[in-house]
Amino acid sequence: MLRSIRTLAVTAPLVLAACGGGQDRDGTLTVFAAASLTDAFDELGDAYEAANPEVEVTLSYGASSSLREQILSGAPADLFASANRANVEELVDAGVSEEPVDFAANELQVVVPAGNPGGVTGLADLGRDELFIGLCAEEAPCGELARMVLDRAGITPAIDTSEPDVRALLTKVEAGELDAGLVYRTDVLASGSAVEGIDLPFEQNVITTYPIAVLRGAADGDAAVAFVDFVLSAEGAAILASFGFDAP
Amino acid sequence: MLIASIEVHLGALDLALELEVGDGEVVAILGPNGAGKTTALRAIAGLRALDGGRIVLDGTVLDDPATSTFVPTAQRPIGVVFQDYLLFPRLSALDNVAFGLLAHGRDKAEAKAEAMRWLERFDLGAHADARPATLSGGQAQRVALARALATEPRLLLLDEPLAALDAATRLQVRTELRRHLATFDGARLLVTHDPVDALVLADRLVIVEAGHVTQAGTPAEVAARPASRYVAQLVGINLLHGAASGARTVQLTSGMELTVADALPGPLVAVAIRPQAIALHRDQPGGSARNTWVATVVGLEADRDRVRVDLGGPVPVIAEVTPAAVAELRLEADAEVWASVKAVDLTTYER
Amino acid sequence: MTQARTPWVIVPLAAIAIAYIALPFAALLQRTPWSDLGRLVSQPVVADALWLSITTAFAATGIAAVVGIPLAWVLARTRFPGRSAVRALITLPMVLPPVVGGAALLFAFGRRGLLGGPVFDSTGFVLPFSIWGVIAANTFVAMPFLVLTVESGLRAADARYEDAAATLGASRWTIFRRITIPNAAPSIIAGGVLCWARALGEFGATVTFAGNLQGRTQTMPLAVFLALESDRDAAIALSLVLIAVSLAVLVPLRDRWLAG
Repeated sequence: MLRSIRTLAVTAPLVLAACGGGQDRDGTLTVFAAASLTDAFDELGDAYEAANPEVEVTLSYGASSSLREQILSGAPADLFASANRANVEELVDAGVSEEPVDFAANELQVVVPAGNPGGVTGLADLGRDELFIGLCAEEAPCGELARMVLDRAGITPAIDTSEPDVRALLTKVEAGELDAGLVYRTDVLASGSAVEGIDLPFEQNVITTYPIAVLRGAADGDAAVAFVDFVLSAEGAAILASFGFDAP
Repeated sequence: MLIASIEVHLGALDLALELEVGDGEVVAILGPNGAGKTTALRAIAGLRALDGGRIVLDGTVLDDPATSTFVPTAQRPIGVVFQDYLLFPRLSALDNVAFGLLAHGRDKAEAKAEAMRWLERFDLGAHADARPATLSGGQAQRVALARALATEPRLLLLDEPLAALDAATRLQVRTELRRHLATFDGARLLVTHDPVDALVLADRLVIVEAGHVTQAGTPAEVAARPASRYVAQLVGINLLHGAASGARTVQLTSGMELTVADALPGPLVAVAIRPQAIALHRDQPGGSARNTWVATVVGLEADRDRVRVDLGGPVPVIAEVTPAAVAELRLEADAEVWASVKAVDLTTYER
Repeated sequence: MTQARTPWVIVPLAAIAIAYIALPFAALLQRTPWSDLGRLVSQPVVADALWLSITTAFAATGIAAVVGIPLAWVLARTRFPGRSAVRALITLPMVLPPVVGGAALLFAFGRRGLLGGPVFDSTGFVLPFSIWGVIAANTFVAMPFLVLTVESGLRAADARYEDAAATLGASRWTIFRRITIPNAAPSIIAGGVLCWARALGEFGATVTFAGNLQGRTQTMPLAVFLALESDRDAAIALSLVLIAVSLAVLVPLRDRWLAG
């Protein structure tokens, strides 16, 4: 019953922006969520629909920055779950969003293809020229974060590509085209057995908190708030945890 | 010397003909459209492979399906003047003529100089740098001829060389072409549907109809004894088919019997009657004419100082009389008139 | 502007078509930060992306011409079983979403790809993440435009000139070089321009196959896409540069690149 529209940033239809304000039909909640929340929110959406049969949850995923732009252009979303605060705060400043609430936390991991062909053990290996290293693009939160982490650790990465979003990056790691990347722990889990994750030492890592906000253009504000409550509830937290997210 | 036996299957048409062209000869393949003339020429040029037969030029076998011998076009010592000339549109006249020389390995300067000499020989020196599109029909034809001759081929092939010209130009160019052809000493074979072209340009004619040779010989021979209705029409002679009904009588398909002077060549014959040999009378003629009949005037056509009378009846022929005779006999449509022809004026040959 | 006997309904419909194409460009110009344009355009990211886009577009067109013209000749002038299947195959990159093309290229030429794997294992050379990857992706999506345009040009050309050249003793290569290609020149130019334009605008296959790195694989379309998310003014500036370059190439060619 859940119809989730997975949109990678590369094919994000900006035609949505032309639709004008968020005039949803009754009983439909449109949630824009960061790409890294894909699997978790799919299940959250399913669970919410099971508990509230009159509501249909429609999900649209992409790079947080890309989704932010779409919302600013008038895309009809009711809720925005971003991978960083900055994107949401910009929407709040623009007057299109209510104040956000943190609902999950994430941290970075080095991801390598199954079997670790590059023999990667930690952040330092990302500086090796002979390996094919990928990061998210700077404009995406995971890219910004990754560069921050590397910078603080004093490592200059030998980047071969800055993928537009995390899914594209993972696809290349899974395929073995890249030897290592720096992504969220949840992403590593989501890719399953095709990849392996390597933990970063606590002092090198950065925790990301995910905020979720109700958008002012929401057709049914109460329904949106109810969804946020669900996400924050014990059931919601359990679902998030199962995908590797920490409590905020 | 070209010795060709050409067999080509063309779907609806099967081409099977033999011909020879000696050095110093101009032979014309003459026939109606669709007879297979151009196909024969293309086969000799190597643009189409034979299905059977053999083509030999100066002792070299160019095409022999039986032994799987086939010399590609580019290696045959031939020159071709195509119906539309096919001058390369982006090259000047000079470069067109030089093309074959360059292809044969001459260096650029040499080829251009030689090409220039050829153009001057054809009075085209002033047009050396002109693009083909700016040339007149006659000029283009000369460039095409120069281009074909520049490589000094052993056999020159011309496909309807005057067809692309308007009637006025054709007359003059035909005369010039005859002159230019005479300067080439190899074998020359041209293909045409225009009998005047053939008669003016050729030493020998090969008549091809529906894929087969129906007659071959000098223009005089062919004109004197046409072997088919096509040729007879071409040379303006009446031709009637009939069967021998006696030692010297022929029964036409209409039932009418004609008496001839010479012995009949076979059981089935064609009877040729020159239009001038038919006499027209108001009343039934007496005298020595053995062949007389009543004819009906179907048509009248003035032809310079003579009138051609189309006659229907037991002997369907065209007679040629003076305008005075027309007036005297009061010839008009549907008029009835007596016609006669002398036995000695009837020529027969086997069908 | 009306010619004699133009059906009256044609003019307003044509006007709508023109307006539809012109309006987005007008909107782009209207949003352009003219005062800041100089600074935006002189950023290194612009020069890098532009150089990359132009170089790879020309390279892809060159490769497409070298292998594509012979292919066009084979399709136009020869007959062999499966010819229509081959033509359908050539049309595929035009029909498929470019991202699918990029993914397929990865499976074929990536480090673990069908051909790329053995090549990498033996030579250490890999197409993705390098300018060669960009050229490969561009060639893949743009070559069909050249092939199909040239094929139709060769079909329409009069093959009898080649007969004439043969009777003059020209070898098959000479005929191809001096007669066939020059006669097909208009369609070759047209096909080349279409190919170049398609390669210049290529995005999906490039980013999927070659990745994204400034100076090495970040072409103009990719730079615009990323800039849209963070710096809209920069995105507009980049777009204008791309439009200007395209016009600079297309306008001087005028009608010469329209086949026929």
